[in-house]
Amino acid sequence: MSTKLPERTTAGAPAQTHHMPGRESADRKQVTQGRWASVLLVPTLVLLAVVIIYPVVNAIIMSFQKDAGLNPATGFFEQGGPAGFENYMHWLFQQCNGQSCPPGTLGSQFWNAMGTTFFFTVVTVALETVLGFWMAIIMTRSFRGRSAVRAAVLVPWAIPTAVTAKLWFFIFAFDGIANKLFGTQILWTGSEWPAKWAVVISDVWKTTPFMALLILAGLQLIPDEVYEAAKVDGASAWQRFTQITLPLVKPALMVAILFRTLDALRMFDLPYIMTQGANNTTTLSILVVDQIREGFNSAAALSTITFIVIFLVAFIFVRFLGANAVGAATSSGRK
Amino acid sequence: MNTRKYLLPAAVAGVLALSLSACGGGGGGSTASSGGDAAANLDGRGPITYVQGKDNSNVVRPLVDKWNAAHPDQKVTFKEQSDAADQQHDDLVQHFQGKDANYDVVDVDVIWTAEFAAKGWLQPLKDKTAFDTSAMLPATVKTATYGGTLYAAPQTSDGGLLYYRKDLVPTPPKTWDEMMSMCSIAKQNNMGCYAGQFQKYEGLTVNASEAINSWGGKIVDDSGKAAVNSAEAKAGLGKLVEAFKNGNIPQEAITYKEEDSRTAFQDGKLLFLRNWPYVYNIAGKTDGSSKVADKFGIAPLPGKSGPGASSLGGHNLAMSVYSKNKATALDFMKFMTSEETEKFYATQGSLAPVLGSLYTDPSLTSKLAYLPVLKTSIENAVPRPVTPFYPAVTKAVEDNAYAALKGEKTVDQAVADMQSAIEAAK
Repeated sequence: MSTKLPERTTAGAPAQTHHMPGRESADRKQVTQGRWASVLLVPTLVLLAVVIIYPVVNAIIMSFQKDAGLNPATGFFEQGGPAGFENYMHWLFQQCNGQSCPPGTLGSQFWNAMGTTFFFTVVTVALETVLGFWMAIIMTRSFRGRSAVRAAVLVPWAIPTAVTAKLWFFIFAFDGIANKLFGTQILWTGSEWPAKWAVVISDVWKTTPFMALLILAGLQLIPDEVYEAAKVDGASAWQRFTQITLPLVKPALMVAILFRTLDALRMFDLPYIMTQGANNTTTLSILVVDQIREGFNSAAALSTITFIVIFLVAFIFVRFLGANAVGAATSSGRK
Repeated sequence: MNTRKYLLPAAVAGVLALSLSACGGGGGGSTASSGGDAAANLDGRGPITYVQGKDNSNVVRPLVDKWNAAHPDQKVTFKEQSDAADQQHDDLVQHFQGKDANYDVVDVDVIWTAEFAAKGWLQPLKDKTAFDTSAMLPATVKTATYGGTLYAAPQTSDGGLLYYRKDLVPTPPKTWDEMMSMCSIAKQNNMGCYAGQFQKYEGLTVNASEAINSWGGKIVDDSGKAAVNSAEAKAGLGKLVEAFKNGNIPQEAITYKEEDSRTAFQDGKLLFLRNWPYVYNIAGKTDGSSKVADKFGIAPLPGKSGPGASSLGGHNLAMSVYSKNKATALDFMKFMTSEETEKFYATQGSLAPVLGSLYTDPSLTSKLAYLPVLKTSIENAVPRPVTPFYPAVTKAVEDNAYAALKGEKTVDQAVADMQSAIEAAK
């Protein structure tokens, strides 16, 4: 790279403590400070334990319990008892009572739902990244009415997802605007691929502004001097984009992609309202909610599986793709 | 330090995944199966709570006020739930699981009654808490009965009606085949012939069960076992599939819910429509919103050789086994299903009564002209499957009927799959 960037001065510099009068008192001070720190952290930890750890651990425990089953003799439900890995086998291997789940059961839809969820995630995040980048580049230029454009772009993001879904539901209705506008007679919510694209289009419409805003924040951190220097060196616009903008905006971009990916993996409201999960638009979250009405424990197993999937994706992002939402702030020393 | 290299990313990933997925966790708590004590508090009297979904047409409050004025020592508090049926269901489940003694009398959808009864949450209405249903339409009583025992009191009912264009079809069809033979009239007028609700949701279960029941099929038998794999069920579902194939049901009907189908009929795009009684007033509005305001009539649903078997809507009143004041609760349930109250439901909330005698009562028919036709519909009605596994059963019916309507499966295959999917629920 010809345009070598100056290292950020704060990065890499170990926190230089003030010179203390004596080593001993400094040590003691550190000990008391450490104690204080842990005391002050306790409320946060307790809160985390109550709102995150307890429900998750409880869900995992539940996932190893059988759902209550009907006793045909009495006609009443009876407690199921421990299930081992039965609930997990039910989903992963689509086993219903020792045989393969017939069509029309939730168990038969697990792998379809998994595929659908990843399809939506990959397609929407890819489209949103490209469009969001483009919008961010437009918004970062200075022109008259820039703030108006920025505010306008945010509107879709500000609308609650349920409302967005209903809105697009009407647009994609048979008598809706989409068909009228293009003079088509497509049953948008009535067959597989139109239904999938309808969901993708609404999701992209809704969340591209979020992407654009995060990328815009990254773009504005790039100092103008760098571009000026590149221009002086004779770099073309394309070179400036690939050699300066892209690498410098990468941290922000990766965080944005990470957030959107995790968000998309738990997509629920859009397909649920637009298609009710028909025509292969059932995502994992929809499956969980449907299962809750048929049995909590099996639903707990399914949400644990979903959690592990999301965890793995997040891990891959953080570890291998360098998207580090938290680490960027704390471990700036690591090179 | 190889492990450390992975530790921080793993922690970060964990926190992210947790914070994003924690909200999707289970509904909490284990399902109590034993239920409460059905023999306790039978003579208890005192204040109670009545739980029902959103009281949109202000029916419940005047009734509760009336009760409270007459029973100052046994006051009823009205707890209003949300508007959405799913949320009402989940709210009831949570409170029953918590053995909440404050949910004394609850309003349950006909399709939840068996589930709640099988979970042991509802007080059986026999012996000291016996409830007289002799004046009520038998089909409505069936929705409240599980395993031969009455668990709830029918409160309101609902049945499907056939809306037809009386300007084009002078006499409504009595059978399905007769209706299909009239579809040439629709073609001449460049409109769709028939539609119901065929989007993949609860409405499809309603429409598919009507077809299956009208041809003598059953989804589950009286003991709750899957019984759908029969020639009759195939014939019934086959009629819908055939109509989709030959265009008598327009293609877009696969996306219809109640409101979409109503709008299509109102805009003059359909000759025949299957829908609930609520459409009657809306489609009859003369303010220009309906193009068919004075051009439509109603008839019972057409069946195989006479009136079809409508599915039943409506609600039942049930008493919680955890209630402390069951004597008061029973009196209140009787009050809420008395003839006078039933009349009030009809006039104030347009809710169909469960008492057969009221359908020909002139004071009601003058206001709700559809009542006599609705009576035929409800008299021929078959409740949606009475089973404690209703969510699984409706899913089995919806998914497979939908695939058959779209031609993705043969009718035989769809019915066979329905059977095994219902059997898989345990």
